[in-house]
Amino acid sequence: MKRIAVVAAALVFVTALIAAMLELGAPAIDLRAPVAAHQAQSGVSHSVTAVLLNYRSYDTLLEIAVLLLALLAILAVVGDAPVSPPRAAHPVLQTLARLATPLMVVVAVYLLWAGAFRPGGAFQAGAVLAAAAVLLHLVGLAPGWSRPRLRLRLGLVAGFVVFLVMAAALLPQGALLQYPRAMAGGLILLIEGGLTLSLALILAGLFLFLSRDEAAS
Amino acid sequence: MTSGLLFALAGAALFAMGMVGVVLINQLLRRILAFNLMGSGAFLVLVGLAQRSGGPDPVPQAMVLTGIVVAVAATALALALTRKLYTLTGRLELPMDADG
Repeated sequence: MKRIAVVAAALVFVTALIAAMLELGAPAIDLRAPVAAHQAQSGVSHSVTAVLLNYRSYDTLLEIAVLLLALLAILAVVGDAPVSPPRAAHPVLQTLARLATPLMVVVAVYLLWAGAFRPGGAFQAGAVLAAAAVLLHLVGLAPGWSRPRLRLRLGLVAGFVVFLVMAAALLPQGALLQYPRAMAGGLILLIEGGLTLSLALILAGLFLFLSRDEAAS
Repeated sequence: MTSGLLFALAGAALFAMGMVGVVLINQLLRRILAFNLMGSGAFLVLVGLAQRSGGPDPVPQAMVLTGIVVAVAATALALALTRKLYTLTGRLELPMDADG
């Protein structure tokens, strides 16, 4: 009974939504023109990066805060279970992972650098780096992570702290995260560098902190 | 019909499917997947509707990029909680409702 009611409600909802979308008029606010008009002042020449790290950089600031919060919650949940020893995969897989990892690091650096003028940026670069770490762990070349020590903790919070310090230092400019025009490009690259490092560690940590032998706890 | 509108319509369908899954499925892993399906539908609606009248709009695209990363973090947290539940109780399902 409940099943039928839920499916029927969903069908009504999706029909109404599709009908509304088909009837939708032109958007009342079109932000493409203002984004393009201020591109030259933003410090980067790719519009998505300009939105992410200049026009709406507080979104990105809060995003890295949310990621950090999720990781802290995971660390609180997993507790002190011992790290399970890495299980070695087939040698062919291990060799492939060894070959792929340096390439992934190069791709990550390229993505970070390319973010200024074409699709790419800190998030993509961090995701590729995290994927490399997970790959190494899955083939048994890298152990899972236990409770983080000082160095790892610093790496995890570096992106957020750099971003936050920048926001505080730039407050005299008048608005939150309003960069001085001449320095915008350099500041964005600095923030993106910190974000890449922290995002890679956080995303890898979301996986590697969980790779524990829960049964043994 | 532009391809942007088509993306938005597909996103609405995905969202509805995910919503049914979240409400009806008791198995936690499948419910998390359904929740992600809902999120993907919402992202498709955002990006699709924004580019139905011409070229892509960078503002919703940047928002969706932010949203994807947050969705990954939320999924990881949900999986960690699920795993803790499994360790503590040995179950991967929620108890059935009385009228289930």
